[in-house]
Amino acid sequence: MNAPLIGARVQRKEDYRFLTGTGQYTDDVALPNQTHAAFVRSPHAHAKIRKISSDKARKAPGVLAVYTGEDLAAAKVGGLPCGWLITDVNGKPMKEPPYPPLAQGKVRHVGERVAVVVAETPEQARDAAEMVKVDYEELAAVADVGKARNGPALHDIAPDNTCYVWALGDKAAVDAAFAKAAHVTKLDFWNNRLVPNAIEPRAANAVYSRADDGYTLYVASQNPHVERLLMTAFVLGLPEAKVRVVAPDVGGGFGSKIYLYGEDVVVTWAAKQLNRPVKWTAERSESYVSDAHGRDHLTTAELALDKDGNFLAMRVKTTANLGAYLSTFASCIPTILYATLLAGQYKTPHIHCEVTAVFTNTTPVDAYRGAGRPEATYVVERLVETAAREMKIDPVEIRRRNFIREFPYQTPVALCYDTGNYPATLDAVLKLADVQNYPARKAQSAKNNKLRGIGYACYIEACGIAPSNVAGSLGARAGLFEAGEIRVHPTGTVTVFTGSHSHGQGHETSFAQVVADRLGLPMEAVEIVHGDTSKVLFGMGTYGSRSIAVGGTAIVKALDKIVAKGKKIAAHLLEASESDIEYDRGQFKVAGTDRKKMFGEVAFAAYVPHNYPLDKLEPGLNENAFYDPTNFTFPAGSYVCEVEVDKETGATQIAAFTAVDDFGKIINPMIVEGQVHGGLAQGIGQALTEGCRYEDSGQLVTGSFMDYCIPRSSDVPLFKVDTRETPCTHNPLGVKGCGEAGAIGAPAAVMNAITDALGVKDVPMPATAQTVWRSMKQAA
Amino acid sequence: MHAFEYHRPASTKEALSLAGKKEEGRYLAGGQSLVQAMKLRLSSPSDLIDLSSIKELGGIKASGSGVEIGAMTRHADVAGSKDVQKAIPALAALAGIIGDRQVRHMGTLGGSIANSDPAADYPAAVLGLGATITTNKRKIEADKFFKGLYETALEPGELITSVAFPAPKRAAYMKFKNPASRFAIVGVFVADFGGGNIRVAVTGAGPCAFRQADMEKALAAKFAPESVANIKVKPAGLNNDLHASPEYRAHLITVMAKRAVEAALGVRPQT
Repeated sequence: MNAPLIGARVQRKEDYRFLTGTGQYTDDVALPNQTHAAFVRSPHAHAKIRKISSDKARKAPGVLAVYTGEDLAAAKVGGLPCGWLITDVNGKPMKEPPYPPLAQGKVRHVGERVAVVVAETPEQARDAAEMVKVDYEELAAVADVGKARNGPALHDIAPDNTCYVWALGDKAAVDAAFAKAAHVTKLDFWNNRLVPNAIEPRAANAVYSRADDGYTLYVASQNPHVERLLMTAFVLGLPEAKVRVVAPDVGGGFGSKIYLYGEDVVVTWAAKQLNRPVKWTAERSESYVSDAHGRDHLTTAELALDKDGNFLAMRVKTTANLGAYLSTFASCIPTILYATLLAGQYKTPHIHCEVTAVFTNTTPVDAYRGAGRPEATYVVERLVETAAREMKIDPVEIRRRNFIREFPYQTPVALCYDTGNYPATLDAVLKLADVQNYPARKAQSAKNNKLRGIGYACYIEACGIAPSNVAGSLGARAGLFEAGEIRVHPTGTVTVFTGSHSHGQGHETSFAQVVADRLGLPMEAVEIVHGDTSKVLFGMGTYGSRSIAVGGTAIVKALDKIVAKGKKIAAHLLEASESDIEYDRGQFKVAGTDRKKMFGEVAFAAYVPHNYPLDKLEPGLNENAFYDPTNFTFPAGSYVCEVEVDKETGATQIAAFTAVDDFGKIINPMIVEGQVHGGLAQGIGQALTEGCRYEDSGQLVTGSFMDYCIPRSSDVPLFKVDTRETPCTHNPLGVKGCGEAGAIGAPAAVMNAITDALGVKDVPMPATAQTVWRSMKQAA
Repeated sequence: MHAFEYHRPASTKEALSLAGKKEEGRYLAGGQSLVQAMKLRLSSPSDLIDLSSIKELGGIKASGSGVEIGAMTRHADVAGSKDVQKAIPALAALAGIIGDRQVRHMGTLGGSIANSDPAADYPAAVLGLGATITTNKRKIEADKFFKGLYETALEPGELITSVAFPAPKRAAYMKFKNPASRFAIVGVFVADFGGGNIRVAVTGAGPCAFRQADMEKALAAKFAPESVANIKVKPAGLNNDLHASPEYRAHLITVMAKRAVEAALGVRPQT
């Protein structure tokens, strides 16, 4: 008998190799006859390509080939597909402009891939890439989301740069509710554009084998099976069975490694042309212009209330920047994952949201930690806090008055929340943050010549996007299930194959905890395998905080099959009826007796079937399962942020940050706390320091760590975090997911605190010292 | 990075001789700016003449009137030097907040001031303390050294060998950091040499470090925070970037100067 592992603070198994430098990342993969690729990228935001001269580069030392968009077109290499079809308000499909892996005829953002040079060494490739001369005819550009519709057209099929205008909700009901409202709160804001900055830059290394006409692509990806599916079916037209995609150790993604990128396609294609492995690893400067960015919404939001502060309706108009091309899941982020979250934790009866998605001469925008949900939470929680202040109602009280308290709850924006307990997290966070003694802290700050403010955010998240058939009816072009396989070895140890992917989340530990706990085995008996299409049967990867809720459930379903088969074997060995066998923490027992077989004995019998019901049962103990959830999961939580503002400089420090989250059942509290800390840091980064800026000409101003400020440890306080457990009702583990919560709830809490400190209605994000100083000056 | 020839001379004489022969060559001090530019392929010297093995360019010498610091002395060594801490604590403190730990263990005094980055910290101390820069050819007063954006009085091939800092009666440096790069958006060094001899030097705000004469005059009359608190600096000519407008920088010069005076008086810790 082993102690329960679900809920235990088990040290991370993977950390030994990460902390000792023995992780194996894509760039660490060095293959025989390795070659190296360097991309020629556009220096212009918008230009026609008149001519590409690559003769000099081709003759440079070590150069093996130079390829351009024309070469790919001649080889019938397709464009990069978009995985979600949005249907606009007129019932027409969104505009889907071609997205060639290497530019054809025109470039549409700084950093767009124009050509690739393959050489013997990375330096030779890079040197030769500088020798490729591209004759550009510069065109007028538009980078600003607010100016896109009247800007120069990027794509012929979208002359007004509009991909779609989409809406959700009952507009007539909303308008009627606003007409009779006692109070309307209105806010206009920009949800600032972010650059993902995973610690490991993107990388790809492809090898082709003439022996079997097969390819292997090593790639820093969050979802290798999806990468393979999209690349083989839509772009290269290869048989899926001939392509193996391996995502080895991956150093963070935050969404930016979900997508199929042109570089991955080009190195795979080039590997066959040259019959040599081709590797590319991004430099950080390339990451800034080529990893999909996040957010960039321009929004007008209104909340209608009755005289008692009850929410009557919400009206939201958002223009979302998609960048120059449609990245893999770009279209569903500002729609399906945004507007559907606008009910938040509240019983607002009527909500209408209209989203105009636009093309601009900027790097494509796609999911970034939270993906739509931070933007929605920002809308809801800034509106709620502002309305409370305007109506002189306590911001905590106005939330309580409007909380959803009965479940399941059907929102007016499509989602149905299965369960939740919003007052519980709010009560807990008020206590943990010691809100009752806030006035004393404010007074102390004032003595130190600092302005102190307090802000709240009660967020809701929808994780584990599902079910596949509903998503399909909304435009998804992929399934949203997960797959898992349990391979019990003859000696009773277990290898678990999961289609979800760990790039920092700690799956090798928390998934092993689930399996070891359920089977009653020690942690050491369980190994987790992920990230290799040749090992894992299938998978949709990791994004949207789905891994434990969807991937974990697939594993549990496979475990159930293992136990069911084990019972049959045990019944034979124990000469008992199968219905009398119970499985209890590593032992198959005959109910009501002391007769039992250990898990390992049953496994051994399955593989050495000398005493085995071969007439009725196949040997072996290996099961797989696919799980398609019936609903999203709905983590929720309450955050309290206190800030201190330097009155003279505007410099703002987070004085305290307290978070109480309800993630349902928790597998490993230590890992969950780490996820929350990281999410909070990123949310605080969005609020205070991170703002991706383009010049009007489309040049990226914040193209390096010199100008783009990701938060450092000194920018965040020691977080106080706690959890409440309201188990999810529709998966067997009761889990909900925790990866994005911090990034979703934190920005609104921080900005609510800053506006409170300054006594102003709004301060734009990121609230840098200069921005806060300007707000103070304007208010004075 | 483009390919280059690497040289590591053992003496100043040998370094100068190499520099004379390699037209596209550059001296390599701590490499905290040059190597970054080379990695970005913005700078492609044919030869790098690494000064790190030249013993006569290192070391810190205390004298009755201050400290003389070898050009190749790393920031961390200046910050940790008992002699500097004793003679000019503000200089040690300044060196201790340059960049980050890695930068401070590579970057050098000579490299920093020869580069004259508009946002570097050391120029504020050199100018604020009225230091004397010694090169292989001559001595240059701080007031005549910084000429503009990345521009100094140094002639091609001329090599800084040491910098002599006179010890003030009291001094402090206050820096408002760029949150991303940790360079100075505005840094103000205030030094009081007694007898109304006040120097106020500003870095980060203009094309290169400069002195703030009106503040020096006000502090000479009375060395107190209120002497500078109401001096409005004109924004015209100050740097303008994503992080700070000329107006904000002008405002910060006043705030940082006031805080530097407070720190010099010991009523506020130096940051």
